[in-house]
Amino acid sequence: MSHTHDRAISVEALARVEGEGAMHVRVTDGVVERVELEIYEPPRFFEALLRGRSYLEPPDITARICGICPVAYQFSAARAIESLCGVEIPDGIAQLRRLLYCGEWIESHVLHIFLLHAPDFLGYQGAIEMASDHRELVETALRLRKAGNTLLEVVGGRAIHPINVRIGGFHRAPTRAELDALVDELSWCRDAAADAARLIAGFEFPHLEIEPTYVALRPEPGSGPSGATDYPIDAGRIVSTTGLDIPVEDWPEHFHEEQMSHSTALHGRMRDGGVYLVGPAARFNLNADRLPPASAELAAEVGLVAPVTNPFRSILVRAVELHYAVDEALRLIAAYEPPEVPAVPVTPVAGVGHGATEAPRGILYHRYELSDDGTITAATIVPPTSQNQPAIEADLAAFVQDHLHLDDDDLQWRCEQAIRNYDPCISCSTHFLDLTVERR
Amino acid sequence: MSAPIATIERPTVAVWKFASCDGCQLSLLSAEDELLAIAGEIHIAYFLEATREVSDGPYDISIVEGSITTPHDAERIRHVRAISDTLITIGACATAGGIQALRNFAEVEEYRSLVYARPDQIAALADSTAIAEHVPVDLELRGCPIETSQLVEVISALLAGRAPVTPTHSVCVECKLAGRVCVAVADGVPCLGPVTQAGCGARCPAFSRGCYGCFGPMETPNTTSMADHLADQLGLSHDEVAHLFRTFNADAPAFRSEARRRERAATATTEG
Repeated sequence: MSHTHDRAISVEALARVEGEGAMHVRVTDGVVERVELEIYEPPRFFEALLRGRSYLEPPDITARICGICPVAYQFSAARAIESLCGVEIPDGIAQLRRLLYCGEWIESHVLHIFLLHAPDFLGYQGAIEMASDHRELVETALRLRKAGNTLLEVVGGRAIHPINVRIGGFHRAPTRAELDALVDELSWCRDAAADAARLIAGFEFPHLEIEPTYVALRPEPGSGPSGATDYPIDAGRIVSTTGLDIPVEDWPEHFHEEQMSHSTALHGRMRDGGVYLVGPAARFNLNADRLPPASAELAAEVGLVAPVTNPFRSILVRAVELHYAVDEALRLIAAYEPPEVPAVPVTPVAGVGHGATEAPRGILYHRYELSDDGTITAATIVPPTSQNQPAIEADLAAFVQDHLHLDDDDLQWRCEQAIRNYDPCISCSTHFLDLTVERR
Repeated sequence: MSAPIATIERPTVAVWKFASCDGCQLSLLSAEDELLAIAGEIHIAYFLEATREVSDGPYDISIVEGSITTPHDAERIRHVRAISDTLITIGACATAGGIQALRNFAEVEEYRSLVYARPDQIAALADSTAIAEHVPVDLELRGCPIETSQLVEVISALLAGRAPVTPTHSVCVECKLAGRVCVAVADGVPCLGPVTQAGCGARCPAFSRGCYGCFGPMETPNTTSMADHLADQLGLSHDEVAHLFRTFNADAPAFRSEARRRERAATATTEG
């Protein structure tokens, strides 16, 4: 079927996304009428089950929201609770947290770039099929991913759901020798990441230009654990390409979530009704000036200039961020001195705390209300995919409109590829994809 | 069971997801050193997180992640069982209902309305339950998350036609084998190691932390003695003890009953 007038495309189970979802497109008289991302991932009610638990538990409990980005959950939770309790995390512990977060960026970005998204560009059903023709590429990916996972193991005690993170810091700080042992492999990774970015720059990027509002963190000058030059990972003010510049605690005044009947994931919107995007493109567009010289030069070499407006090029941004995360990990390891104590005491304070960090997929916001004995009385968690969902639907509508000449199978694959531009993490956002395109 | 897996050339493997975080199926992709070798020995016929390629069942081996939390999934797992020769469940969600089983001790209606403005649009069962409560399961792998090495061991054992080696003794045994100082005895840290099943290699004690029960109850755990120690020797409140048992394996029978006992004791203390 390749007529352009009335059609319906449905993908009933989206592959190579983290979680479960479907996509439905309806075209009437050659005009895209409706695009819906249906998230049917069963809800797990984290915000409800946190009620009545201790303020010390969110890092362990919320990590279980996502097996790909548990560290993001641990640190957004920790920031929310520590800021409420008026605790300043000493620089040494903060640097160690940033190092652990680099491990997660490496692991998650490698998974998405090579194993989930690259097969779309190279024309394979998946990475395992891709390995038969591009074994070296897949082996490089697995080696990079292992390095990220090893960093998570050494600092966090476990790659998935790290055990070493606690409110106030860590249970045990790694020794100098444990971190030094990572340096040779990470140095190899830095070169491999740069080579990967050059390879990806040669991919064919389908045409699509969008102009959404991008939202990302931007560390305040001098306020981040590493000072003014930080690219956002673990801290920052919330800024946008439309001039928003607010502290994290003002989040609820500017953003909210809406329930849509077709999805168990809530949809994030700005209070003025606007859709917005978080994630690598948003981070890069708002913080390209914060990349250190080595990663900035790589970005320039592969032709990345802010603002990036074609979402298909997000894979290239991710590759530059991968290079940055490895480089930053090496910098943090070189500067590492074990902190005097692995954690500082945190005494509960009644009130409301807010925390936001940059998960690999974009801003992850947590809000907790505590009673004076530290019992959680309310929790709100806004994952990146919830925030991106309205913008993904808008993108798809524009993309399908321009590609109605493709037959259903090709259009479906291209739509799936477009969805994967956002590396949607459906497990996180439930609270993703089958494609149906209905042409009539 | 039809022909033994070991006699089948490249048995077909399907990976299924129910309510979960994806972490356990990701463990398969995290077997960096073994993944391509394993992929050469099996035919990955259904693994949505990894590939668009979907082969119709039946499948020789199904690997199931996640718990049953919706009416639709309760139906779907019966279909998966019907088209699978050997069914392996992986992780605390699939084997004990997972962290989302905390709803089993609350009102799901309240949970729904706490998270969603229009709770009527959200289909959810009152309980989050293990796969084995719905269909027969051939093998369970514990953990939140599972250990990649155990998954590789199970797949290798199936391919070789032998029984997998997955110990059911306690985390304490792993700690002793590793020659670690006991954090409970030396530092007075609350540690569930004596009642928790081995498998993780005693990760937490290696980081000066007490075990928090990711692998669920060991075979024949003395949870009451454990709970008494936590309360009497370490001074934890009944609620704190109940919360220690009530996390990722909250609905595993031994942990469930001990948490209930402490909860009742807490109520009695308040009322007394």
